[in-house]
Amino acid sequence: MRIAGKGLVDGSATIGFRFDGRDYTGFAGDTLASALLASGVRLFGRSFKYHRPRGVMTTGAEEPNALVTVGRGARAVPNVRATVQEIHGGLEARGQNAWPSLGLDLMAVNDLFAPFFGAGFYYKTFMWPRAFWERLYEPLIRRAAGLGALSGRSNDEAYEKAWAFCDLLVIGAGPAGLMAALGAARAGAEVILADEDSRMGGRLLLESHEVAGRAGADWAGAVLAELGAMANVRLMTRTTVTGAYDGGTYGALERVGLHVANPSEDLPRECFWRIVARRAVLAGGAHERQIAFANNDRPGIMTAGAVRGYLNRWGVAAGRSVTVFANNDDGHRTARDLVAAGVRIAALVDVREDVAMAGDFPVHAGARVIDTVGRQSLREVVIADREGRVSRIASDCLAVSGGWNPALHLACHMNGRPVWREDIAAFVPKPGMVPGMRVAGAANGAFSTQACLAEGLAAAAAVLDDLGFKAAPVDLPEAEDGAVRIRAYWEVPGATHRAWLDFANDVTTKDVRLAAQENFASVEHMKRYTTLGMAPDQGKNSSVTALAILAETTGRGIAETGTTTFRPPYVPVSIAALGAGGQGRGFAPKRLTTSDRAARERGAPMIEAGLWYRPSYFPRPGEATWREACDREVAMVRDRVGVCDVSTLGKIDIQGPDAGRFLDLVYSNTFSTLKPGRVRYGLMLREDGMVMDDGTTACLGPGHYLMTTTTAAAGQVMRHLDFVQQAHCHDWDLRMISVTEAWAQFAVAGPLARDLLNSVLAEPIDGAAFPFLACGEVRLMGVAARLFRISFSGELGFEVAVPARYGAALWRDLVARAESLGGGAYGMEALNVLRIEKGFVTHAEIHGRVTAFDIGLQAMVSGKKDCIGKAASTRPGLSGPEREQLVGLRPVAADRAIAAGAHLFDEAAEAVSANDRGYVTSACWSPTLGSHLALGFLRDGRARIGTRVRLVDHLRKAEVLCEVTDPVFFDPEGGRARG
Amino acid sequence: MRLTCPLCGDRDRREFHYYGAEVYADRPDAGAALDAWDDYLHLRDNPAGETRDLWYHEIGCSAWIVVTRDTVSHRILQTALLTARQRQVGKFVYQEGDLREVPAKPGAATGGERP
Repeated sequence: MRIAGKGLVDGSATIGFRFDGRDYTGFAGDTLASALLASGVRLFGRSFKYHRPRGVMTTGAEEPNALVTVGRGARAVPNVRATVQEIHGGLEARGQNAWPSLGLDLMAVNDLFAPFFGAGFYYKTFMWPRAFWERLYEPLIRRAAGLGALSGRSNDEAYEKAWAFCDLLVIGAGPAGLMAALGAARAGAEVILADEDSRMGGRLLLESHEVAGRAGADWAGAVLAELGAMANVRLMTRTTVTGAYDGGTYGALERVGLHVANPSEDLPRECFWRIVARRAVLAGGAHERQIAFANNDRPGIMTAGAVRGYLNRWGVAAGRSVTVFANNDDGHRTARDLVAAGVRIAALVDVREDVAMAGDFPVHAGARVIDTVGRQSLREVVIADREGRVSRIASDCLAVSGGWNPALHLACHMNGRPVWREDIAAFVPKPGMVPGMRVAGAANGAFSTQACLAEGLAAAAAVLDDLGFKAAPVDLPEAEDGAVRIRAYWEVPGATHRAWLDFANDVTTKDVRLAAQENFASVEHMKRYTTLGMAPDQGKNSSVTALAILAETTGRGIAETGTTTFRPPYVPVSIAALGAGGQGRGFAPKRLTTSDRAARERGAPMIEAGLWYRPSYFPRPGEATWREACDREVAMVRDRVGVCDVSTLGKIDIQGPDAGRFLDLVYSNTFSTLKPGRVRYGLMLREDGMVMDDGTTACLGPGHYLMTTTTAAAGQVMRHLDFVQQAHCHDWDLRMISVTEAWAQFAVAGPLARDLLNSVLAEPIDGAAFPFLACGEVRLMGVAARLFRISFSGELGFEVAVPARYGAALWRDLVARAESLGGGAYGMEALNVLRIEKGFVTHAEIHGRVTAFDIGLQAMVSGKKDCIGKAASTRPGLSGPEREQLVGLRPVAADRAIAAGAHLFDEAAEAVSANDRGYVTSACWSPTLGSHLALGFLRDGRARIGTRVRLVDHLRKAEVLCEVTDPVFFDPEGGRARG
Repeated sequence: MRLTCPLCGDRDRREFHYYGAEVYADRPDAGAALDAWDDYLHLRDNPAGETRDLWYHEIGCSAWIVVTRDTVSHRILQTALLTARQRQVGKFVYQEGDLREVPAKPGAATGGERP
């Protein structure tokens, strides 16, 4: 019900929306909760376990009851707090956890069986048979219990993430936050003021207090106008700071598009911010707590601050006849504000004997609420007076104030523990729990408006002093400064029905006692046993009351009992916001070679190699399978000429007088003797003696080298080189840089490779001028290029490199020339077959657990010099017959396929792990040799060449008898590459 | 988490690659006993408190950085370039002026400049 003339909503702007299939209207500025309350809706949802009717309880993000599903289909978002969701044209929301409808929920039968469903019920009941856990019990329980459900479909809406930096982050824009921001902003500091509400002002919007002689909301508006006009201030509304992290980093969730009717598709729904702040002031206010009494969960029972908040901010009376139940003076404000607005107060019930409150309504001092009546909506409040006489009060709204809990969560995110203050019956933060953060106002236990304003200003002054800013004058305005008068009172004793603590998870006072009785007496154990505080509100409404009851039950004090651990996030954060930009194409960057488009135009399927995309093979008409294309490409390279993009290999340019010496240190073999114009194959070890990577390094000139790495290890090698240089020889004269992306590099391989190249080179080459392992500058088609005579296929081979901008053109040209010679482009599949035929290793073999000895390259660890990994490679156990050594494997029956991953056993041995003698790392069909081939590691393998092993693939259920061979199957003398 | 790169300033930890304890930079001399290599390669302290480890400013200037930090409080106490280490009778020390003290309060290392 709206009260004319009350509230801050714009009564001229009517907005239509839908809830549970019915049309409603509200005003601009309404939340779903305020608009529905104004329309007389009381029932917002059903509770988690017992399906009890639940109505709205609070005005803010801490709401435990009014959880709704917003939107439909894949875009539906469950568990949205109706107190946070703003209404807009097009808003469609539904109540949750009810079937077939909110009003008639058949699962409410659970409530009748409540005596069986206490804490620990599931643990004790669904124990056996074990096979039923996952198949029967869990699906049943999940269907019966729970809050909103996910659609199970992928949400295509936009989410965003962003970074921000500031001198001061002010969290919360109530009186304390506004003063802190104003103080810091006037002094010139870069300020971010973040507030989770759609409108800043905090409790000033919800109270009838005056500040500096004007309405609190008007004062807040004036401060915000000043702040909004300053270039050094960023006001972030609808932004909840969710976590405090190391180094002054804060997480924050901004609702960007959730309140917008018909948003454009690219407007993000939410944005997750990481805010780096040199200082922060937490001014997040406080949450009012309930008092536990029998049936304290009926729709219409709310916090007292919420009841007057709906009146003052949204002009909504939450009931026609309101009873107030309090243990402190603050609750009385609700009676005062409602009476002033003409709402009937049925009674003020205060547990204290000495109540200094008189009004035009009955005041029951020393009395308490012992029960309530009304299934789907509150009808009556049952009270007992100080003598125990019971009476009933007709009332459709019960405003409860059990005191206020400072919202100190963020201050505790680095494991700081708050301290208990007996005088205000609340936990407050200790200073310095989060480095760089101060806490001000109600979050710090300062509950009067005057104290909030003063603490906010003082926090700003302290921050300015820390950061070396000169403070600018800010007047401290006058406001109410009432003392906190409260009697700690958690629970009405002797409840005959269940009294709720955690409304969202259906946890009662009895559950907490049961936990204590079963010796889950630590507050952390009690939480886990009862699930109290594990619902979307994360205990904001319940945990302090529950631990007070636990303290009482166990005979410990509240301070001794302590709180549970506060962890981020402060409010629920959607995974979509946290992972914004990380789906689909955003999951990982794509690195594309210069030949990428040409390869795709030819229909080449692309495969991932790290972040790179490389063509798998180049299909031609008539080829039905990849194998046909692959076999053709292999034959092409062996018989004619093939072209392959090898630009993805890492390229590191190393220059300086000490560059050769440096290469000697990082490679196991010697490079300082390499002459300009020559290339050498190098083996790189890790310091623990295992092989890190291999590749060729070319000497382009005196003190100028170009190292290549494998595609996979390019980043690791760069990191390693930087480490070796900076840690061990930073005074050597050399510099290096990755030039991987700067050059497009193509392998041209096959008997006709030289013919092809000579058709594009300005100066033709021959075998004498450009022998195997030569390199040099060349010109082709007017472009300065580099030519390397190296071969990963075992054929006469070259790699030609041009600046990347010429790559696409050169690729098309080389492929066309190759095709005219009866060859063409070849992809990764053929590349792999060619290198297996030649026994060349890749990271399938040098996988981090093999030594130079294992791959038969022990001679490459030079005895004449030190190198990284040399000392460790000589350790016992890293060489010798016990090692698994690289061998070739060839099925005795050539047509028997081998798969990588299979294990090797002695011919007569049983195929069990105790008899394991090795494994297969790479396998292929060799069209050149007409046989399946494989590379693998076999214990004492080199001594077993010529013998047979049994290859067993347990995964694919295959068994193949193989002959052990030298790993070089084809052209072992290497004459083809040298020719 | 933020680290102050001595070359680039205050940066988010996502720009860095973590390696491990600083002792990895103390490579034994060629010919050192196997025990020394075993110690160097495999044995690490796991202090509750001050520790020094190696970070690589991979998405930045490529500098390897020695970070002194507290594993209990998560405070970053000092950062220095790895190249600033000097060998001095069996242990490494840093030259005067090479260490950047990181004040207890976050962000102050930027000296008031906007990051």
